[in-house]
Amino acid sequence: MTLRDKTADETPRSWVRAVLYDATIRGWVFQGLVLLGLILFAIWVIHNTAANLRAANIPFGFDFLNMRAGFDISQKPIDYTLDSSHAQAFKVGLLNTIIVSVLGIILATIVGFVVGISRLSSNWLLARAATVYIETLRNVPLLLQLLFWYKAVLSVLPGPRQGYALPFSINLSNRGLTMPRPIAGDGFEFVMWSVPVAVALAWAVARWARNRQATTGQSFPVFRASLGIVIGLPLVIFLALGAPLSFEIPELKGFNFAGGMVVHPELIAMLLGISLYTATFIAETVRAGILAVSAGQSEAAFSLGLRPRQTMRLIVVPQAMRVIIPPLTSQYLNLTKNSSLALAIGYPDLVAVFAGSTLNITGHAIEVIAITMAVYLALSLITAALMNWFNARVALVER
Amino acid sequence: MRSNTFKTLLLGAAFIGAGAVAASAGTLDEVKAKGFVQCGVNGAGLAGFGAPDDAGNWTGLDVDACRAVAAAVFGDPSKVKYTGLSAKERFTALQSKEIDMLARNSTNTMSRDTQLGITFTGVNYYDGQGFMVKKALGVSSAKDLNGASVCVQSGTTTELNLADYFKSNGMTFNAVVFEKQEEADAAYDAGRCDAYTTDASGLYSIRLKMTNPDDSIVLPEIISKEPLGPAVRQGDDQWESIVRWSHYAMLIAEEFGVTQANVDEMKTSENPEVQRLLGVGEGVDFGTPIGLTKDWAYNIIKGVGNYGESFERNVGEGSPLKIARGLNALWTKGGLQYAPPIR
Repeated sequence: MTLRDKTADETPRSWVRAVLYDATIRGWVFQGLVLLGLILFAIWVIHNTAANLRAANIPFGFDFLNMRAGFDISQKPIDYTLDSSHAQAFKVGLLNTIIVSVLGIILATIVGFVVGISRLSSNWLLARAATVYIETLRNVPLLLQLLFWYKAVLSVLPGPRQGYALPFSINLSNRGLTMPRPIAGDGFEFVMWSVPVAVALAWAVARWARNRQATTGQSFPVFRASLGIVIGLPLVIFLALGAPLSFEIPELKGFNFAGGMVVHPELIAMLLGISLYTATFIAETVRAGILAVSAGQSEAAFSLGLRPRQTMRLIVVPQAMRVIIPPLTSQYLNLTKNSSLALAIGYPDLVAVFAGSTLNITGHAIEVIAITMAVYLALSLITAALMNWFNARVALVER
Repeated sequence: MRSNTFKTLLLGAAFIGAGAVAASAGTLDEVKAKGFVQCGVNGAGLAGFGAPDDAGNWTGLDVDACRAVAAAVFGDPSKVKYTGLSAKERFTALQSKEIDMLARNSTNTMSRDTQLGITFTGVNYYDGQGFMVKKALGVSSAKDLNGASVCVQSGTTTELNLADYFKSNGMTFNAVVFEKQEEADAAYDAGRCDAYTTDASGLYSIRLKMTNPDDSIVLPEIISKEPLGPAVRQGDDQWESIVRWSHYAMLIAEEFGVTQANVDEMKTSENPEVQRLLGVGEGVDFGTPIGLTKDWAYNIIKGVGNYGESFERNVGEGSPLKIARGLNALWTKGGLQYAPPIR
């Protein structure tokens, strides 16, 4: 083959062959053809959709977003009335999705790490309990678990009049967890502003402590000091301003509690279901990550005199993290996407509110579904970007 | 995967993927070619309107609307295939040609009739929205429901009427919205809501499904007009006529006393109205102009019965629902059911 090519190169038409067989040129040509094909396909899809919609007398456009929604949403993190627009309903749905995803991710991470480490514990009972938990919940479809938790939450809790009264005017019933709503008084914004200041201060202290330990070897109780600053500073300012905060106490009026804040049973069931389910996968990821750190590392740490807890925190976990984080990202993405199962149990997430009520009332199926898909794509990409940034930070620096 | 959203996506994909179909391709020809009517009915099963019986056969007032069309087209009411749909899926299923006609206790409203590319062909049940509450609450009127939690199904006119009613009466409420009727039923049964709202006909049917039906009562107020009826796609006038007149034929049959049992004897009737209905006599043929046979209405009555029979069998005295004819009586008996004459 090579022999023949060599002889061919000497003929006058060799430049044609050179072009035809040049890997770079060929690559460009084929990539160009694929791109052209894709563009033509996209044009065909859009044109065809428009033609079919026209033929079916279905109007297309996004004007419906400004129309009055006219339906109620049970959980409203922002202002929303019956006179609000579909665009506002969309925002409410989106926020509800974000609320359940973020809280779910936090809970799932905590449970997942605890269970994952427990499964490796030398305590027989603890390890077996963790195994049973993981193998049971991991292998039952999430939708069934959600329906189970919702049913469980509703059947365990009594009606609002017979609800469990907890301290601080908190009440737990099948209408949810009702609690006093804080109302900010004059000057409360200073307390709010002091929080980021305190966090920055704590960060500076931690940095100083790390440098001091590196140079002098003296350790400093960073965690306790930071906690003191983050809680203490806002508290001092709060008290100095004369405690400018009052509470709206929920009262039993007619059928339900009026006033105050309420965590609906749908949200409770969602969080239980979605975080306990995802936690099983996170636990396995954590276990895999820890097992990936060779035993010699722990043995070396023990021989240096580090205690088991310190070995875990300073030697094993930092090395395990680089194995854990990439699959952990996938679990976070899964959790966010799985939150769309909320509509099965009446939690007003984006799919329930926007791809449910709005879609039906306006009939703009294609636009609504397109927007909804774009939102989930964006949420996933943002989560992935954050996790990649975090991964880059904790990854071991190869020397 | 969420089956319903998935379905919606598939339906959306049908718009994107399907070749640009010529609008003139008639539904009747397609139906005749495949040999059955594909009919969208209530997927959750609404007893009396559309639900499978013990033997797995679909029965109900809406199901009879499908069966009547099949009888008119094929002379055989059993030539129907049913697609169970949720409130959310129903109009998209019709728009995307997944079904030939929709008979799923759907309310005719202006926006649905004008903006969705569909047309309602008539009213086979005049309904209105009501409330059901637990007896233990001691509520006797919907006006006492201030502050209540209300279970409701998403994507229905009910969801909007509920909001309008509370707003216009200066009352507050908390809607707990479920995608599926059975989920809303279960949540109400479990005490999540103080009240349940849907069309009054549905309330009676759903109440029977509760753990203790006697613990709940239906409140007297009817807060809306809910004319329920079959719908077809816009732009196919012939098919629209067939579905519309299948319903009218059942009304006219009741008006002139033509029943499933006596329809053969009635063929000898001297009444010209009955003769025109049954296609009896020289040159009496109203079926052929809409693509059917001259005995189209005879086939409907023979196969399904007249409207009164269908009503009694499915939702009236002959059924567990025992709903009175009320607004759904013929116009001659003080109701609203009125068919234009066959002429």
